[in-house]
Amino acid sequence: MNIFTISSKNLVRNKLTTILNIILVAFGVGILSILFLASNQIGNKLEKNAKDIDLVVGAKGSPLQLILSSIYHIDYPTGNIPAKDAYQLAHNPMVKRAVPLALGDNYNGYRIVGTDTTFSHLYGLSIQRGGFWQKDLEVTIGSTVASESKLKIGDSFFGAHGLTGNGDIHKQHAYLVKGILKPQGNITDNLILTNIGSVYKMHEEKHEESHHSPAAEAKEINDKQITALLIQYKSPMSVILFPRMVNQSTNMQAASPAMESARLFSLIGVGIDTLQWFAVFIMAIAALSIFISLYNAMKERKYDLAVMRCLGASKSKLFFLVMFEGILVTLIGACLGLLIGHIALEVIGAYQESSQAKLTGLTAVPQEVYLIWIGLFIGAVASLIPAMQIYKVDIAATLTKDR
Amino acid sequence: MINIKSLSHVYEQGRRIKFPDWEIADMEQWLLLGASGCGKSTLLNIISGLLKPTHGEILINNTNIYDLTARNMDRFRGRHIGIIFQRPHLIRSLNVLDNLELAAVMAGLPIDQERNLLLLKELGIIGLAKRYPDELSQGQLQRVSVARALVNKPDLLIADEPTSSLDDENAAQVIKMLTSQAKDNGAALIIATHDQRVRDHIAKTYLL
Repeated sequence: MNIFTISSKNLVRNKLTTILNIILVAFGVGILSILFLASNQIGNKLEKNAKDIDLVVGAKGSPLQLILSSIYHIDYPTGNIPAKDAYQLAHNPMVKRAVPLALGDNYNGYRIVGTDTTFSHLYGLSIQRGGFWQKDLEVTIGSTVASESKLKIGDSFFGAHGLTGNGDIHKQHAYLVKGILKPQGNITDNLILTNIGSVYKMHEEKHEESHHSPAAEAKEINDKQITALLIQYKSPMSVILFPRMVNQSTNMQAASPAMESARLFSLIGVGIDTLQWFAVFIMAIAALSIFISLYNAMKERKYDLAVMRCLGASKSKLFFLVMFEGILVTLIGACLGLLIGHIALEVIGAYQESSQAKLTGLTAVPQEVYLIWIGLFIGAVASLIPAMQIYKVDIAATLTKDR
Repeated sequence: MINIKSLSHVYEQGRRIKFPDWEIADMEQWLLLGASGCGKSTLLNIISGLLKPTHGEILINNTNIYDLTARNMDRFRGRHIGIIFQRPHLIRSLNVLDNLELAAVMAGLPIDQERNLLLLKELGIIGLAKRYPDELSQGQLQRVSVARALVNKPDLLIADEPTSSLDDENAAQVIKMLTSQAKDNGAALIIATHDQRVRDHIAKTYLL
């Protein structure tokens, strides 16, 4: 039996008020923790996937769309660019590495990416089982694709035209799974990689496929189109020169992932700000509610507190008794809120359709510790004035009067 | 053990009450009589250290209690004075046994559960140890508050109109309990009352 048990027993006695206050705090903290976690994870993902990519060159259109489609594999591509022009750029002296991408098909929502070996160098890919694709129509699949679509090495499947859905299936050619990648923790877990030739093959007219030699094929590729080119510079100096050169002297556009992600984040930021204020508003209501319930309870508890004073408790002891009650409510609320936030985010993640940016509630961010502190602070502020009443209570008058 | 010298108190409204000098020896039992509104409760509050008198001094065990700091005064009251109010004033969120333990905790003394159970047994309410105040009758509540006043083995037991809200049977029992418990615990006893039913049980009277 001590101050803490007295406080908690009193809270248990006033169950409904206590629960209401805890829920209010929990909701405020829960929303804030979801925001913290989600913006942190999205930020991390954006950063991780664009890590070594300095520039994306693609067809003219929205630069953000170009970045989203060719780095994050979320949006639709802006269009195609002539492969010839792209390879010309790739051999520019400022370019250290250029990765061609040919998009357009999917398998059960996983995008099939036609590219070459530079892609695996760019993302530092390594193989878990099997090997990289060698010939046309051979694919290497990301770890998530393997685990969720149950594809194994040696399996074959048909790709579908478009980036989502199974509407228009390319029945004439089947892909063959040659290898599975190790989990990378980035977008490549969700991709199906193959060579560019396979993608061309899918979209050729049927009669062409029978008669071309490897040499003709290489030439053929040069006459064809690709979707985008991921570029890594030799030196940071090129940041200014190269994009301008592309935008002015070619028919293509260059988009910087860093700039576009920042723009995207500032767009999302408005929503996050609104939600943040909403959460702060809920927390303020929680504080007010705790204040009102403690303050009202003081009318009744005046007797209890006067009795405790009579039994020998000092004013400061009782001051802490009341303070502790408020703080206990917000502390429980804050912890519950964090739990709700994590569970909610995990549930959101489980129902999310785009496998590319899946959210999870199983990680924590350091800012969450602040949420607990904020909870404690709100409890302290809300119970300060009620607790001050202790110093005003006239014990003699209170106890002599009838209830 | 208690010495009251030239004590007087002025109320906020300006009314002044002068209290006759009073000396109470160890384990003496006194009745504090007077019509309602003549200052009985005021005097009890002064003796309990809850209300600072305007003039005069009060010594308990040769300590002038109004020389103590507020914190020490609270502690002194908790350890040496047991108070029984007109209304029982139990903490409603705690059960009977916890209410008794609270008295020890608030006075900063260790909890002596054996003694608490013994007190409940002597007062005939051992069966109510785990019940909450809301579930008890007035008579039972008043017994619990007597037990609570005795928890810390006080030197002085003060009861303010302990019988006013009780029927004859309960009133007689509570008075009997108070006198015998005060004796058994070696405490002096002051009962303030205007209740005729109490007068027969205690010889010494102090009239206001």
